Amino acid sequence: MIAAYLVLLIPFIGILFFAVSGHRTDTGKLNVRFNAVCLAATIWLAINVLNQGTILSPGKAFLIDPFNVYLIVLTAFVGLTTAIFSSPYMAHEKELGKLTDQRLKLYYSMYQGFMLAMYLVLTTNNMGVMWVAMEGATLATVLLVSLYRTPESVEAAWKYFILCGVGIAQALFGTILLYYAAVQVGDVENSLLWSVLYANADKLNPEVLAIAFVFMLIGYGTKIGLVPLHNWLPDAHSEGPTPMSAVLSGLLLNDALYAVVRNKMLVDGASDSNMAGLLMMGFGLISFLVAAFFLHRQKDIKRLFSYSSIEHMGMMTFAFGIGGPLATFAALLHMTVHSLTKSAIFVTVGHAAQVAGTQSMDKIRGLIKTQPRVGWGLLIGTIAIAGFPPFGVFTSEFLVLLATMHSYPWLTLPLLMGVGVAFAGLFRNIQPMVYGDKPEGQVPVKANLWPVMIHLGLVLWLGLAIPDFLANWFSQATLLISGSTPL
Amino acid sequence: MTIEQQDFYTQTILSLAALVGLTSFLMLGQGRLLRLIFVFAVQGLLLTLTTALAAYSLNNPHLYISAVLNLVLKVIFIPWMLRREVIQMNTHRDIEALNNNTMVMLGGASLMVFSYYVLHPIVQTTSPVMLNALALSLSVVLLGMLLMISHRQAVAHVVGFMSIENGLFFAAIVATKGMPMVVELGVAFDVLVAAVLFGIFFFHIRTSIDSLDVDLLNKLHEVDK
Repeated sequence: MIAAYLVLLIPFIGILFFAVSGHRTDTGKLNVRFNAVCLAATIWLAINVLNQGTILSPGKAFLIDPFNVYLIVLTAFVGLTTAIFSSPYMAHEKELGKLTDQRLKLYYSMYQGFMLAMYLVLTTNNMGVMWVAMEGATLATVLLVSLYRTPESVEAAWKYFILCGVGIAQALFGTILLYYAAVQVGDVENSLLWSVLYANADKLNPEVLAIAFVFMLIGYGTKIGLVPLHNWLPDAHSEGPTPMSAVLSGLLLNDALYAVVRNKMLVDGASDSNMAGLLMMGFGLISFLVAAFFLHRQKDIKRLFSYSSIEHMGMMTFAFGIGGPLATFAALLHMTVHSLTKSAIFVTVGHAAQVAGTQSMDKIRGLIKTQPRVGWGLLIGTIAIAGFPPFGVFTSEFLVLLATMHSYPWLTLPLLMGVGVAFAGLFRNIQPMVYGDKPEGQVPVKANLWPVMIHLGLVLWLGLAIPDFLANWFSQATLLISGSTPL
Repeated sequence: MTIEQQDFYTQTILSLAALVGLTSFLMLGQGRLLRLIFVFAVQGLLLTLTTALAAYSLNNPHLYISAVLNLVLKVIFIPWMLRREVIQMNTHRDIEALNNNTMVMLGGASLMVFSYYVLHPIVQTTSPVMLNALALSLSVVLLGMLLMISHRQAVAHVVGFMSIENGLFFAAIVATKGMPMVVELGVAFDVLVAAVLFGIFFFHIRTSIDSLDVDLLNKLHEVDK
């Protein structure tokens, strides 16, 4: 249990430390160290959970089970690699005169604030606290979206703030309804604890829970970026600093989906109807298809990949909606590989934009000739995210297709079509950027591409062979969510 | 059972619920920012009264803390901050021309009916009083959203946002006798931080577009124009 407290304590100290110490030349490196220590703590936590099974903290405030522990490790890992990338990146942005020391102090402090909010969402056992932490994640990142203080970024941040704030308010209404259903059957004090709710799920009033779930799905769905609640996402991703785009895409969206899945488990326990699953499938499929088509109309490279995030989140929501062990396993795997690939892509995109001096895709040309590692990184990342074998995204998408074919055969058609459309949308834009001659005067920038290589290497590994302990881990989580294992 | 046969607490809660709903409609049709903020403060005060009453009749001391938090945040701090902003921007004499005021009002009325319709299934498990309270809080939430859609000023958006929070707070008090303390404190903290951030944002928006009219925030498009 100490490990869980450490995971929360380290980013908390980080917030205070960066806020007090101000910006110094080594702040970026210190940020890396904070995240590295945190990753070590999460691994310790994961080993504990693997050995002992589900851990409930003495005050029942925190619950660590196989489902959230793997997300915790993933969060810490992406947090660390993004921190490694952000250190030289932000220094370069400062050299360009886009940022001041004051804003970098805010950036590093809120980076840790965001990590704290993410860990709290994942570790808490209290559905109310989960909401508070999710809102906290918005509040921590909203000033980072407008970090450059350009009119566009202020607009994007305002949109992000208002849409996510209003959206997530619906989730609080859902939480209140959930609590209302719970106090009718259990003791008042512990009624909002997930472990208590889950144990008593069959006694909860299914009608109230159904209404509550609709509100939760809309509320947290705004954060997942489900169409038609996605408008904030491309703006916030394209206008904020690139490390922020990487963690928003790789972590925040996952955690919002995690909240929805937790609630789905309660609703499924309360009633036999598949209402929650069908709703998620519908929203997921629409998001997947709409985002795939929108990929074709983008001009800004970061907007392009934020639509790709919506597309993949749609697919995960769809897969969790199907339910069943195979689809759930696929969704968990997809969450992992998408996080790893997407954050790697945003890292290369950040460097590509610095090389070309613009985010406009019409003007980015000849990346491979200018800086081969950035160009190849972007190309391979795109191949991975488009779902080509042998990368992990292929494996998980293939499993989702298999599960769909098994349960809802007709839906494989729109899924396959969406995959094709998305592939075309990505490649028509990426190809001219990486190949071709470089424009005059384009020079390489100082870049640290280790995070990209490690991420893509892991995704490749997951595509070729999922290691035993990880497969075991995923199937334990699948057992928890869907009631049986796929293996 | 008619309303005269209910106990004093239930009767008062129902009246307060009606008043909270009324203030939402008043805000919806209000074109002057200062009055909008005043009505918002009144709504906050009604909520404080509801909470204090619930704390007293249910003998639940932690609700007094919620009442005080609510009083400080939503009756004093946020209205004060917004009022200062409006006066600084010199927009307190402007009357915002609300397009389609009649339609917005009718829309608001239908939202209220819709809330009753959505929450009707729960009447099987509880008293009609609870249905009234929950449906009313849902309609306050929805009316807050409508307020944000129909007004153009950033200040009005913040009022709408905060009145959504009011609706949620009301639901938590009357339906579940208050959320657990840790959640309530967390929500209050989020509201406080959100209010401070809104203050910062007003400054940023003002310096970037020299106005608080959010219709001018239109630089980001899906595709190039």
